[in-house]
Amino acid sequence: MLTKRIIPCLDIKDGKTVKGINFVDLRDAGDPVELAQIYSEQGADELVFLDITATVEKRKTLVELVRRVAQKINIPFTVGGGISSKEDVSALLNAGADKISINSSAVRNPELVNILANEFGSQCVVVAIDSRYVNGEHIVHVKGGREATSIKTIPWAHEVEERGAGEILLTSMDHDGTKNGFAIELTGTLTKSLNIPVIASGGAGNMEHFVEIFKNNDADAALAASIFHFKEIGIPDLKNFLKGKNITTRI
Amino acid sequence: MGDKIIIIDYGMGNLNSVKKKFDRLKVNVIITSDPHEIESANKIVLPGVGHFKKAMENLNNLNLIPALNKFTLIDKKPILGICLGMQLMANNSEEGNCEGLGWIDANVVNFSISNKLRYKVPHMGWNQVHINKESLLMKEIGSQSEFYFVHSYHFIANQKSDILNETDFEYKFTSAVEKDNIYGVQYHPEKSHETGEQLLKNFINL
Repeated sequence: MLTKRIIPCLDIKDGKTVKGINFVDLRDAGDPVELAQIYSEQGADELVFLDITATVEKRKTLVELVRRVAQKINIPFTVGGGISSKEDVSALLNAGADKISINSSAVRNPELVNILANEFGSQCVVVAIDSRYVNGEHIVHVKGGREATSIKTIPWAHEVEERGAGEILLTSMDHDGTKNGFAIELTGTLTKSLNIPVIASGGAGNMEHFVEIFKNNDADAALAASIFHFKEIGIPDLKNFLKGKNITTRI
Repeated sequence: MGDKIIIIDYGMGNLNSVKKKFDRLKVNVIITSDPHEIESANKIVLPGVGHFKKAMENLNNLNLIPALNKFTLIDKKPILGICLGMQLMANNSEEGNCEGLGWIDANVVNFSISNKLRYKVPHMGWNQVHINKESLLMKEIGSQSEFYFVHSYHFIANQKSDILNETDFEYKFTSAVEKDNIYGVQYHPEKSHETGEQLLKNFINL
């Protein structure tokens, strides 16, 4: 049976791990390579690295970081942040990343999803969607959540699937940083209407929250950052807890 | 370790992640697309991600097939196919309706899923493998161990005796094969943490 995946996310700024509370107030949570190695040893199923200050001049730093991570860990990892071309993707995959995630650049240029899927295969193209509930609608936000668009989240997810995305990483900005649980309804709507896997992100605060998102198959994987970084929840404990609730993970 | 191990580079996906795992195990491997290197190799890894037909075309264009056939079928040295590399060992694939290398009596087909919202394709993530027969490749790997998969097409081995692993998705499929010196795994040992590392070690130690 295909297991549910637990994915720690490392937000990277200037080569360091940070985690924003509602996308502001960044705190230092350590060295990304060291953290990645710890998570891999503890039983994380995959890792996601999001470069939240990706700029052109920082690109080389990220590629170098990816290279170092790839030497140290032997589980799959995804890299995102500021990726907007085939060349960006090629450099990251060659450095050892397994998948890349695109967000604002896909909104700006939806054709990019097709281009990357055709060139590198759908299996390595993750489309990240930052969604916030605005005036009764789930709306896609870009630029690290700072800017609203006019695009609705659910149709957008279907569009990128059509275009060749292999996976959706859905972050609910309403839940992110609150530690009140994942956005079950929105995530479940996507998971149950898309043919590609959906990763739930935003809101994990305790182990019960993972049970809630998995028990009715509302997500294929769940991502969290600060609760893992600050050791509020250990991955082995979480996986044992899920096992006790009849949710299968890799142990 | 005096063995010469080579990874075949035929333009299908990123081979660095495979090479890095051998580096971690302190085993020297060469990435090459030169048929002459195959002649002097002791072991071959045939990785690959992507489209079956394109892969066969690339192998053809690089003139790798005669050397690979000799290595595998005449010299009978160990070869490990990973993911698409395993699928290429079959008679044919539905992906591009294309003939394969034909080393193993098998067909590669698209996943035929009825409940598509429950069983998503690509089959991606960690899944268990059942070990169907004794094998040096599976040494110190427990039955029901989990490996990392990413694929949309799967192998159907026509000879039961060739099946090394099976995995449950909506239905059971062949996730690894072993026939004499020929090994193929649908999953990615290079991504499968310590279990995957053990498998690569087992291959090195064959």
